[in-house]
Amino acid sequence: MKRTIIVLLALTAALGTAKLTAALKVTSATEKVIRLKAKKFEFTPGEITVKKGEPVVLELTSEDRTHGFNLPDFGVRTEVKPGTISRVRFTPDKPGKFGFACDVFCGSGHEDMSGTLVVTE
Amino acid sequence: MSDFDRRDFLRLAGIGGVVFASGLRAGVLGEGWRNQTIGNDGTATEEFYFVQLSDTHWGFDGPKVNPEARGTLKKAITAVNSLEKQPDFVVFTGDLTHTTDDPKVRRERMAEFREIAGQLKVKTVRFMAGEHDASLDRGEAYQELFGDLHYTFDHKGVHFMVLDNVSDPEVVIGEAQLKWLQADLRQLKRDTPIVALTHRPLFDLYPQWDWATRDAAAVIDVLTPYQNVTVFYGHIHQEHHHMTGHIAHHAAKSLMFPLPAPGSAPKRMPVPWDPAVPYKGLGFREVEAEVKKAKYEITELPVTRG
Repeated sequence: MKRTIIVLLALTAALGTAKLTAALKVTSATEKVIRLKAKKFEFTPGEITVKKGEPVVLELTSEDRTHGFNLPDFGVRTEVKPGTISRVRFTPDKPGKFGFACDVFCGSGHEDMSGTLVVTE
Repeated sequence: MSDFDRRDFLRLAGIGGVVFASGLRAGVLGEGWRNQTIGNDGTATEEFYFVQLSDTHWGFDGPKVNPEARGTLKKAITAVNSLEKQPDFVVFTGDLTHTTDDPKVRRERMAEFREIAGQLKVKTVRFMAGEHDASLDRGEAYQELFGDLHYTFDHKGVHFMVLDNVSDPEVVIGEAQLKWLQADLRQLKRDTPIVALTHRPLFDLYPQWDWATRDAAAVIDVLTPYQNVTVFYGHIHQEHHHMTGHIAHHAAKSLMFPLPAPGSAPKRMPVPWDPAVPYKGLGFREVEAEVKKAKYEITELPVTRG
């Protein structure tokens, strides 16, 4: 126990509270992790299905340049940069189909770069 | 009866100040007769009109969407040139060119566009960038060919502010431009007629389709204390009207392809060309400014008449 506290204190000093919280959340067993790839001009997969009330982690990577990921119905947005994993968390609280889109202009097919989140009951 | 004749007739029949219409007292007031309104208090106030063209996407290639891609802008310019009374100025509200990854082609498209726009009879033409012009190189090519990305100008009592919400790929006005805007506004009276010209909407029209400006709320916050603010913009390729408090926002049609109404389709894909009704959904607009009342009468016009 003492060792765990020391490790946590060291991590807090190194990363800051917010980052530590995020790092710890990565290991949460209750979250559904979904990986999304972004590249000009599509998300793969283009449709993702989750359950209402089930916490979700989206892990986004880019295969070419900086993109954006915006899911406004759930207040979720992040940049997606090559070489890093962008994680966003949310718990869908309403069923239905919701659009997400790239919101960092990325070229002549930018307007096509979108997808759908399906939330089931 | 032409559109102009019709509007002049409507003005004469309207309530409020007397308006001198075509032929009436022209000999008394001379060249400026058309722009003079006599208000109820007997004082002369300014009236004028300008033309807004938008989203010309010069360089776009998609025959199913617009088989006349290289002719539509030219037809629109012919239509503007054929207006019975020429506007005081013309403004293009962004996406002058269709984007390309090739910096050389980008400059070529901009140069071609500038040459075509130079065929307007009206010599005062105001430009602004859209994301297709400026997002991939942060406005470098645009500034080379057209100048500043944000600027102001005054016309007959109206303060026009051209705001850039496209050259930062993060889709923001940004802190620096916001400070510039605040400094400019501080020089104005609270009741000065202000027209903001932007490419993207200054409110969350439909963020699911990226129809928004991320820090628009901050811009609206600094504009809101001013009593007479109106926004004209493009980006969404269709006519649209919206209020944020007392600030009116008016989106213009495109001159390349129309887009669906916000959220009305699974994707924001262009509306296909209708051979039975060529140029359907495309067009430009006249904006008549009644300066004293800070009112703007908008008339939407087609690319071709017939």
